[in-house]
Amino acid sequence: MLDNIKEFASEFFVTGDPLIYGADASIVLATLGIVFVLTYFKKWGWLWRNWITTVDHKKIGIMYILAAILMLFRGGVDAVMMRTQLAFPDLNFLEPEHYNQIFTTHGVVMIFFMAMPLMFGLFNIVVPLQIGARDVAFPYLNSLSFWLFFAGAMLFNLSFVIGGSPDAGWLAYPPLSGSQFNPGVGMNFYIWGIQISGIGSLASGINFIVTILKMRAPGMTMMKMPMFTWSVFAASTTIIFAFPILTITLLLLFMDRFFGAHFFTLDGGGNPMMYINLIWMWGHPEVYIVVLPAFGVFSETVATFARKRLFGYASMVFAMVIISIISFFTWAHHFFTMGSGANVNAFFAVTTMIIAIPTGVKIFNWLFTMYKGRITFPTPMMWTIAFIPAFVVGGMTGVMLSVAPADFQFHNSYFLIAHFHQVLIGGVVFGYFAGLYYWWPKMFGFKLNEYLGKWAFWFWNIGFYVCFMPQYLVGLDGMTRRISVFSDPNWTGLNVVSTIGAYLMGIAFLFQVAQIGYSIFRHEKDTTGDIWDARTLEFSIPSPAPEYNFAVIPQVHSRDEWWEEKERRRRGEKPWQLGPIEPIHMPKNSAIPAIMAACWFVLGFGLVFHWLWMAIPGLIGVFICLYARSFSAHKAEYYIPVEEIERTEATLRGGAV
Amino acid sequence: MSKKRRSLVRAAFSAVTLVLTMLLLSGCGNYMVLDPKGPIAEKQLDLIIITTLLCSVIIVPVLIITFVIVWRYRASNKKADYKPEWAHNNLLETIWWGIPIVIIIALAIVTVRYTHELEPSKALASDKDEVVIQAVSLNWKWLFLYPEEGIATVNTITIPEGHPVRFELTADSPMNSFWIPELGGQIYAMSGMSMALHLQADEPGTYFGTGANFTGEHFANMTFDVNATSEEEYENFIAEAKSSPETLTAESYEELSKPTEKEEPKLYASFPNGIYESIVTKYMHEGAELHEHGSASAGETNGAATADANNADSEDHSSSHSGH
Repeated sequence: MLDNIKEFASEFFVTGDPLIYGADASIVLATLGIVFVLTYFKKWGWLWRNWITTVDHKKIGIMYILAAILMLFRGGVDAVMMRTQLAFPDLNFLEPEHYNQIFTTHGVVMIFFMAMPLMFGLFNIVVPLQIGARDVAFPYLNSLSFWLFFAGAMLFNLSFVIGGSPDAGWLAYPPLSGSQFNPGVGMNFYIWGIQISGIGSLASGINFIVTILKMRAPGMTMMKMPMFTWSVFAASTTIIFAFPILTITLLLLFMDRFFGAHFFTLDGGGNPMMYINLIWMWGHPEVYIVVLPAFGVFSETVATFARKRLFGYASMVFAMVIISIISFFTWAHHFFTMGSGANVNAFFAVTTMIIAIPTGVKIFNWLFTMYKGRITFPTPMMWTIAFIPAFVVGGMTGVMLSVAPADFQFHNSYFLIAHFHQVLIGGVVFGYFAGLYYWWPKMFGFKLNEYLGKWAFWFWNIGFYVCFMPQYLVGLDGMTRRISVFSDPNWTGLNVVSTIGAYLMGIAFLFQVAQIGYSIFRHEKDTTGDIWDARTLEFSIPSPAPEYNFAVIPQVHSRDEWWEEKERRRRGEKPWQLGPIEPIHMPKNSAIPAIMAACWFVLGFGLVFHWLWMAIPGLIGVFICLYARSFSAHKAEYYIPVEEIERTEATLRGGAV
Repeated sequence: MSKKRRSLVRAAFSAVTLVLTMLLLSGCGNYMVLDPKGPIAEKQLDLIIITTLLCSVIIVPVLIITFVIVWRYRASNKKADYKPEWAHNNLLETIWWGIPIVIIIALAIVTVRYTHELEPSKALASDKDEVVIQAVSLNWKWLFLYPEEGIATVNTITIPEGHPVRFELTADSPMNSFWIPELGGQIYAMSGMSMALHLQADEPGTYFGTGANFTGEHFANMTFDVNATSEEEYENFIAEAKSSPETLTAESYEELSKPTEKEEPKLYASFPNGIYESIVTKYMHEGAELHEHGSASAGETNGAATADANNADSEDHSSSHSGH
């Protein structure tokens, strides 16, 4: 009996590596610490009422961002560990097995559990405020999206200490990811972690499309929407076409692994190349899904801090829509080397290049927004300006990679690694940081410390170039990705430099943590709600925004409505004629999303270990939640009375509207 | 901006410049892809240079304009114009839709032309004999078969310089990619199909070869040397291999194909007839017909392999693995 338990535990828990034991210990300690703090300060009720059951888009947004920052830490630690191994490959800091797991989890965590939630966090916080709405179209679904993401992320991260991490690369090409070459549970964690959070992403895509189409303030036509909202619309549309492909692809892979099907196996008529096609049909649009909102952020910050209208609005919208459409026709450029023949390669090379055109136009429009402006340089603007050279150079190497026969020499080398890190960090991460700094006062009512923020900025930027420029060179020198050891002495120096860069970015992250920690205690308060003297509606209301956002929804006349309103006031013209305050119809909190996500977690965990006794009750739980919701939905709304709104507004605005 | 902070920024800038300069100086011309030793790699380098220049036409001015605009229109520069309402200009916008379109059209023409010219399955024109080498990706080593000579090697290739080489690639393991940076770009080695890659070395030397697509735990050890030698030395190599005490048999292949961490280079005096074809076909669904993708010469193939000299098209490829 005891032996059985021992044997089970040794397979169930990941053992044998001091790093893992350290992680085990810190997870237990952190959990105990959180439980202790919550109990000691009697905060369980607060956590339940204000956060876990909330359907408020602003709070959901904050939870997304918090989770994303934690995941950035985890993915960053993975990155630093890899770079340490590559700087000193002979020291065997990481065994190949461990290294393979780490580059896999680094990629998965950064894309699915860092970039996506950070993006959804910004969507949630900004979109309803920017279009003058009280919440998203489906607040309950929004909460469910978050909790599904959270359940998926936790399930995936659990693989680090239980069962073993996946090790087949972030896109898990079969047959390497099939049961023949990968019999362990790591790949199951991959499938279900992504699958569960992917359902949430799809739901969010639908939610934001409907929100943007149906809930804009009166007078805000599509062509008067702020550019960030346009970018969310483009990204969400891309999501609803791309994510079903991911869901089906992973489902087929699951069927191969669980039921012994032969979709992607070597034998039985399976075709692994089909998986590679399918996963990139999702994967390429995915990179535009994450970068389009970053473009949206830049469009907001550049206009605000140049104190000038966004140049070429119609071009900007058109460019974004074109990018999201063409993104579905470029997937095969990820495998020119599959040998599909010259015609296929030429087609996908050209479609890929075409994307450079609208992207280039956007860059010009941002530049000419600054032209004849009055540029100030607070941290959001610094990230915006740093983005331009980073992305322009990254875009250029992207065009180089799109030239199919040249790609034969770049493919799977560090040149490729340097390229996509340059566009993903220089584009997506810089963009989301700009957005985070820009809307932080709107979220929390205070500004982040600028001094520490600038230290973080410079460490990030210098580290970024020191890390990735050498990787282009070492790629041209024949170093391929996903190797933990190498013998070519020419690669050593470049790898050491690259590792130094990675550590600089690690230090930059610590500066940001310090910045947030310091700013919580000592900060400049956002008393006006418009700390940047900005242009769009979200800055017309107090910071942080009250639960119902707008006491009275304004009538919109122009693109930068809040800026125009301020101009009218400056000129002494008649300001907004806001109607009388009326009772506001709001959604009630619901515990069902969190509970349903917990059921999904149980279902996923059961399927990871092929424990049907656990998976089936989880599935039943999911259905019970669906059932319970469908019979309680009519009770899920309430009205905020006028007196309460007037009281809140008076407190927030100090009496003056 | 305070004086202290400005000096900090300046120090940071000079640090970056220093690192970048060091990197560039540390070895221009030594990088494998930039230092080609064969016609394919040379043309690929030409193409890389053409694309870099075409891109630079637009990138360099953009970088300069960025710097100029940001500097000139900083808020503290009160002399600069300020036009907060100016947000649209048809002429300007036409120009910057136009310029990228023109450049991309130029690039697209170059790319399409080179894509056909450098199609890896196309045989290289040469008055010298073509050498055929069949490469099999195994966990975690490469098996190379010389069907014309009847010898085989592990993790080492010798080729005569100046002769075109036809590599036929497959895998008895997860998908890999076959790359010799100094001779030219890569093609995937996939199980259940045979891919062709034509390369040539123009000067003698030892070149680095590697697997480029992750195949599992000890993938990093899948490197091999490519020795380009004179014809005479090549004959010697064949003779040496033929006198090797080891022969590859069906049983020893079975043994070799099992996962091992690292293999030292090895020579086999012979290998069983048709072993390459049997590796390719063993993963094929019953009833599916084998089309060798991109075959330009029937060569020594036998068994189920029906190589078609002029059928190097993609249509052929797609039908080669249409399992039901």
